[in-house]
Amino acid sequence: MSLESRSARQWLISLPSLSWLAVFFVIPAILVIITAFRPADLQGGVGPGWTLATLREVQDPAYLPILWRTLWLSGATTVVCLALALPVAFQMARAGQRMRQVLLLLVVIPFLSNFLIRIFAWKSLLHPEGPLTKLLIGLHLIPENAVLLNHVGTVLLVLVYTQLPFAILPLYAAAEKFDFGLLDAARDLGAGPWRAFSKVFVPGVRRGIVSAAVMVFVCCLGQYVIPQLVGGTSDEMLGNKIAQRVFSDRNLPHASALAGGLMLAVLVPMLVIVLWQQIGRKEAE
Amino acid sequence: MEDFLVIDHVSKSFGAQRAVDDVALTVAQGESFSLLGPSGCGKTTLLRMIAGFEQPDRGRILVGGRDITSLPPEQRPVNTVFQNYALFPHLSVWENIAFGLRMSRRPREEIRSGVERMLELVRLSEHARKRPAQLSGGQRQRVAIARALVNRPQVLLLDEPLAALDLKLRQHMLMELNTIHEQVGTTFIYVTHDQGEAMSLSDRIAVMNAGKVEQVDSPENLYETPRSSFVASFIGDANFFSGVVVEVQHEGYVRVLVEGLGSPLVLSNGAVSANQTLRLMVRPEKISLTLTRPSSGERVNAFRGVVEGMAYFGSHTRYRIRAGEHSIQAQLQRSRFSGGEIDPARGAEVWMSFHPDEGRVVRLEAAA
Repeated sequence: MSLESRSARQWLISLPSLSWLAVFFVIPAILVIITAFRPADLQGGVGPGWTLATLREVQDPAYLPILWRTLWLSGATTVVCLALALPVAFQMARAGQRMRQVLLLLVVIPFLSNFLIRIFAWKSLLHPEGPLTKLLIGLHLIPENAVLLNHVGTVLLVLVYTQLPFAILPLYAAAEKFDFGLLDAARDLGAGPWRAFSKVFVPGVRRGIVSAAVMVFVCCLGQYVIPQLVGGTSDEMLGNKIAQRVFSDRNLPHASALAGGLMLAVLVPMLVIVLWQQIGRKEAE
Repeated sequence: MEDFLVIDHVSKSFGAQRAVDDVALTVAQGESFSLLGPSGCGKTTLLRMIAGFEQPDRGRILVGGRDITSLPPEQRPVNTVFQNYALFPHLSVWENIAFGLRMSRRPREEIRSGVERMLELVRLSEHARKRPAQLSGGQRQRVAIARALVNRPQVLLLDEPLAALDLKLRQHMLMELNTIHEQVGTTFIYVTHDQGEAMSLSDRIAVMNAGKVEQVDSPENLYETPRSSFVASFIGDANFFSGVVVEVQHEGYVRVLVEGLGSPLVLSNGAVSANQTLRLMVRPEKISLTLTRPSSGERVNAFRGVVEGMAYFGSHTRYRIRAGEHSIQAQLQRSRFSGGEIDPARGAEVWMSFHPDEGRVVRLEAAA
């Protein structure tokens, strides 16, 4: 088969997924950006003509702390998830065939129950009258009047809980391909177990780390259910503001401008990372 | 000879499987030593115990008089060249070699000079910036050797160092390894299943079978005087015959009757008594072929057979000859073939003969 016909076939095979992405992702994203430049009408729809007024509105400094909280919560969730997922992926890849299947199943099982139900479960777990609060007070680990719910830490905890599988799975995929004989070589050359892990295993699964980080970080940026259900009024993320603009204020252009801004805030760093990896790969060749 | 590396009655089991069974060995400083045996004989397990990746169930391992049995791999004065080289793919050749020195937190200048010296030793200076994936198999192996030797180990372990290379490169690397060994003078322990490799690389070889050491000897002695039929058949090719001692002569010669070979054979091994059943071995190249009965006196064992098949190898020709029950391998060196004689053809009747000193008793059996 010639090179051209092979690449033609590859295009043909990926046509369904490409058209899916185009229809349900690229076109809506463009529509969102277009909507940001249209005036709002009073019925909650989009009025005629074009305007830059919305773009000026979203430069409101009141958004800055919310944007900052969104970024640091997403960043912190990513770091915590990676720190927890790396040893898990390491152990899973080293486990026997049967044990691996069991562990994989355990990672995936939470997905079998509805996302909202799991968040509500956290809500009742952490409720002042809930079992966890009572247990911790009973053990004198927290003061009598401590409130576990409605706190920015609670948001972080539940974010980590929901995103952890998305960090474990790509890391496990990378760890499974890792040659564990390299750890023997590192030990042989004088590295203790921890340095062998950090100097050889971690660089060995760096592509998996990048995938996991992007996956977790991007998913966190758009979150609004978790801060709304387990966070306090001062723990809102940008997603909550977008939801308010759509459902309460019925101002689609304003919501679109916020969503578009967030999209750019994600896409630009991702493009930089992809380009940086491409350059790295070229250098390696 | 000073015992530098001491394997003191070491055993290791995996479940019910006895991988290494009470092995005792000593290796001198600077020696080039091979653990040779078929796969599953325990040689790799023994190597991994010296490196520290496996713990012996029983016994001790000493290097330079120090007991290292309970030390983790990173604290042993031992480095390994792994079978697949196990180079770090994310590091350059330079950084791969520097890894061990960095782990022991040597000063920057020492790391630089150590790496440069090693790059020169394995002649890879111009490839220092490359990644392992950009190197050929032979170059990768040289990086693996440099990466281990830069730490100045007291013992260097090499696990099947040539197995991943093609034939031509393998012969080149044989010479190269011997040169490196001469230059650095470190104790080298090879693990290999290839007898040719072991013979050309080592001062002494331990032949292992089923977790035990069958014989430890120089390559010449293993080949010329194997002490078991396993060693005889594992090192080189061999013809085996079972026979009964019919007469013990003076001067240490015995006469052994082998069914189907005519008159009793004369052998030089004297440590047997009459009526004993034994197994004896003759190397194919020790058997001379002639068309007529050799007439060099009484002390030559001669018997007749019919050529069944032959294979031409350029430097020599290998014959398979039928004599009664026996199928005998004989080898004819081209240079030794005397003028006037013709090559025996298939179906030709030939005389085989060997000198009494060329036959070896490899096993004694209970007296019949």
